[in-house]
Formats: sequence, C-alpha cells, structure tokens
Amino acid sequence: MELFLNQLLAGLATGGIYAAIALAIVMIYQAIDHLNFAQGEMAMFSTFIAWQLLQWGVPYWATFFLTIAVSFVGGIAIERIVFKPLKNAPVLSHIVVFIALFSVFNSLAGFIWDYSIKSFPSPFGGLHQVGMIAVTLLLLVGLYVFFQYTRIGLAMRAAAANPESARLVGVRVGWMVALGWGMAAAIGAVAGMMIAPVVFLEPNMMLSILLYGFAGAVVGGLTSPGGAVVGGFSVGILENLAGTYVPYVGSELKLTIALVLIVAVLVVKPSGLFGRRAVVRV
Amino acid sequence: MTTLLEAKNVAAFYGATKALHGVDLTLEEGSITTLLGANGAGKTTTLRALCGLIRTEGEIRFAGTRIDGRVTEDIVRLGIAHVPEGRGTFVRLTVEENLQLGAMTRRNRAEIAADIERVYEHFPRLKERRKQQAGTLSGGEQQMLAVGRALMLRPRLMLLDEPSFGLAPLVVQELFEILRTVNRESGVSLLLVEQNADLALEAADRAYLIETGRIVMAGSAAELRADEGVRRAYLGY
Repeated sequence: MELFLNQLLAGLATGGIYAAIALAIVMIYQAIDHLNFAQGEMAMFSTFIAWQLLQWGVPYWATFFLTIAVSFVGGIAIERIVFKPLKNAPVLSHIVVFIALFSVFNSLAGFIWDYSIKSFPSPFGGLHQVGMIAVTLLLLVGLYVFFQYTRIGLAMRAAAANPESARLVGVRVGWMVALGWGMAAAIGAVAGMMIAPVVFLEPNMMLSILLYGFAGAVVGGLTSPGGAVVGGFSVGILENLAGTYVPYVGSELKLTIALVLIVAVLVVKPSGLFGRRAVVRV
Repeated sequence: MTTLLEAKNVAAFYGATKALHGVDLTLEEGSITTLLGANGAGKTTTLRALCGLIRTEGEIRFAGTRIDGRVTEDIVRLGIAHVPEGRGTFVRLTVEENLQLGAMTRRNRAEIAADIERVYEHFPRLKERRKQQAGTLSGGEQQMLAVGRALMLRPRLMLLDEPSFGLAPLVVQELFEILRTVNRESGVSLLLVEQNADLALEAADRAYLIETGRIVMAGSAAELRADEGVRRAYLGY
C-alpha cells in the first residue's frame, strides 16, 4: 500500500509537469493550429538560464521569477521574429521551422553549457514532489482565472476560436498569438525548473518529457486546455504505476507507454477525451 | 446632413482576382442606406472592403480620415461595427462573453455593464440566455446577439450583411424594428446589405444597386423602388 501511495504521489508530481507541457502545447496549437515540437527544448533552455543565474549567486525565488519573465519575452520574440512572417505558409514550412528551433536550442545549450549532467536544486528540499504538485496546481489555477475572468484572457480565447470575428470587435489577433507563445514559454520554464531536480539538467532532458506532454495533450484532446491538464496527470500516474506493477515494463519501457497511448487515442478516439471534433456544416 | 463615409473608385481583390471594379458610395450621418444586388454581385465584398478585411485600391474616408489600407482592428476603433455574413458568433463562449467582446475596445467598465443591460432591453431573450453557450441559440437569437455585439462598440456606423438570412418572417420584422429604433435613438448610421430588396427599401433612406462589382444605380429608396428595372429584377412584380 505504501509503495502504491508513493508511486501515486510520484505520478501526480511528474503528471503535473506533463500537464504543464501539454497545456503549453495546446495553447500554441489553439493559436496557430500546429504542434510546437520545440516546446521541450524551449523549456530546457529556460532551465539552463535559471541554472546560470543560480551559479551567479541569484537567490532561488528571484531566479524562478526572473526566468519566467525572460522566457515570456523570449516566447513572444520567437513568435514575432520567426512565426509571424510564416502566418500563411503551408504546414510543412512550420514543421521545418519547429525542427530548426528544436536543434538550435539543443545545440546552443550544449555549446554554452556543454553536455555534462548538472544537478539542479529544489527549493523544497526533501519534499520536492509535494512542492512540485503545489507549484503546478498554483500555475493551473492562475491560468484558469486568467482565461476565465480577465478581459485579455477573454480576448485570447476569442482570437483562438474565431480570428476574423475577433478582429471585427477590435481584438489585435496577432498580438494575442504572440502572447500565447510568451505564456507557453513561461509555463515551459516552470515545468523545466520543477522537473530538473528529478531528471537532472542536460540538453536532452526534455525529450521524454515532451513525449509524455504530447501524450497528455492527445489524450485530453488537442483543443481542450482542461483536457490537456487531465491528460497530463493521467499519463504521469499511468506511467508510474505501470512501471512499478506491470512486469517487464520497468523503467526501460516506460516511454513506450506514452507512444502506445498516443497511437491508441488517435486510432480509437482522435478527438481525445475532451476535444471537439471539427464538424463542418454543409 | 454631413457625410460619414465616402468611398471613391474602390476596387477590391481576393488574391489576384479583382472582385470590385470601382465602387462609389456616400453614406450620410444618421441615415439608413441599403446596398442591393444579386448573388455574387459584390455586396459582401463591399462591406469587407470598407472594414479592411480584404485588399483594396481607391479612397475610403470615414468621418474625414482615410481608412483604406488600414487594418481592421484600427478601423473598428474609429466606430465601424461589422455584423458579418453568418453572424460571426463565438459559439463556444457564453452570450454575455460575446457581448463583453463587442466592447473590447472600450475601457469604462461601468459604461460597458450599462450597455449590456441596454442590449438586454432590446433583446430580452438574450438576457434569459446570458450564461448559455452562444452556439446553442436559435438562428434568430444569434442574429440578435450579433447586432447586440456590434452595438457594444458604440459604433457610428453599422455594416449589416444579410441580417434577415435564414430567419422566420416574424423574427425579421422584430429585428428590423429594433434596427430602426437603434438608428433613430442613437443616431447610428446603417449600411444594410440585403437579398430581400423589398424589406431593405422599406427601411432605407438611400439605396445603391450593385452589379458584377460596379454600382449601377444610386438614389433615394423611393426612386429605386419606382424604377421599372429594379422592380422587375429585384422586387419581382
């Protein structure tokens, strides 16, 4: 029983990270209809920035919020510089740019900070898992309040749902997309800083986490932020319990679970648990 | 009467295709003007050109300032509210959120809340459904919501693209009654695109007739109504 509870807690903790990454993916997907493959690498790069600040002696919580701010601005800059000019480009151009961003961040991190594994501190000491869960819950509640109860949150939802109508009421849709990128980058930064004490810091740290995040987003349905959160938590719990209780899975095959989950959901229920099917009236 | 909007020799393009070939329009402040024409004549395109949703050439002036070539978001801020074809409802958002969005360019929260109440006075059924997803409304209710959303801008000019489309005759009557009230009480000018020419000419002061992307006739609503050709082709008697 204690083993089970421990695994459940661990599942919730990593699930929260997957939920945050899934949410970041869904936010960009809602805004530009493409999956951001570079989401994980952006988060990794943010975490390295945090590590560097800590090395320079900046206190943890100052580093935490400074990194979020830098990532937010960086996300907006990526949208303005790279994706805004591509607005009407075909899907393939987007994919190529995502892959480019992926390798740029990955090799840049390796170039600046090298590929050796670094430890990253936790502000919660021995209670890191509980702290992780608390931080992700705070983040999720904050985002919910932002989207549900603020005017700019409403404008962002409108811009994602119906860009032309949004423009006709005066919403600056392009800036809403940029804001979405900034927020996604900031969410990724939080996820990276929370997971780094668990998986250690190195340029490839986010690879598997991104896959789990994708799995969470797909399970929840790519069009539903709430679904992405539920999906992320479910993937985290499932991953931990299966790794412990299903023979042969162990830690080697854990990642396979994410991929099997993605394929299974796409085959059986492509719109995910909470997603909308695109219904076109003819 | 002062001129609110003036379009001179406006051409408009969908990609490389020219859809308007030099449209001239003048709208008076506080008037109701209708733009008549057959399917595909360029009515919707004209409205989209006026609010910057497609690329145009020529000169468009609104309240004295040039608005051609400016982005829609800025044109909206000058006071032009467009109720598009298909109503442009945010179907997953609630009725009240749709109305809030209409006031996105405004700051004063108390005034916005008061204006939402005024829209509810015009359309009591929207008030009953304020917390409902807008997509669950009937066609008529969605059209009223679209008009309500446009009013939330406190516009000087409303562009209405086929507001009667798909609505039951009684609902159409009710809607046009409200549009006339809004025009009379708030002095909002209306540019009304309609396939239902009879209805439009009855409501309007002035009328334009568009054929294949060109204005072919302009005059008072009474003049167009009396014209033999218009009567045969568009009024059907």
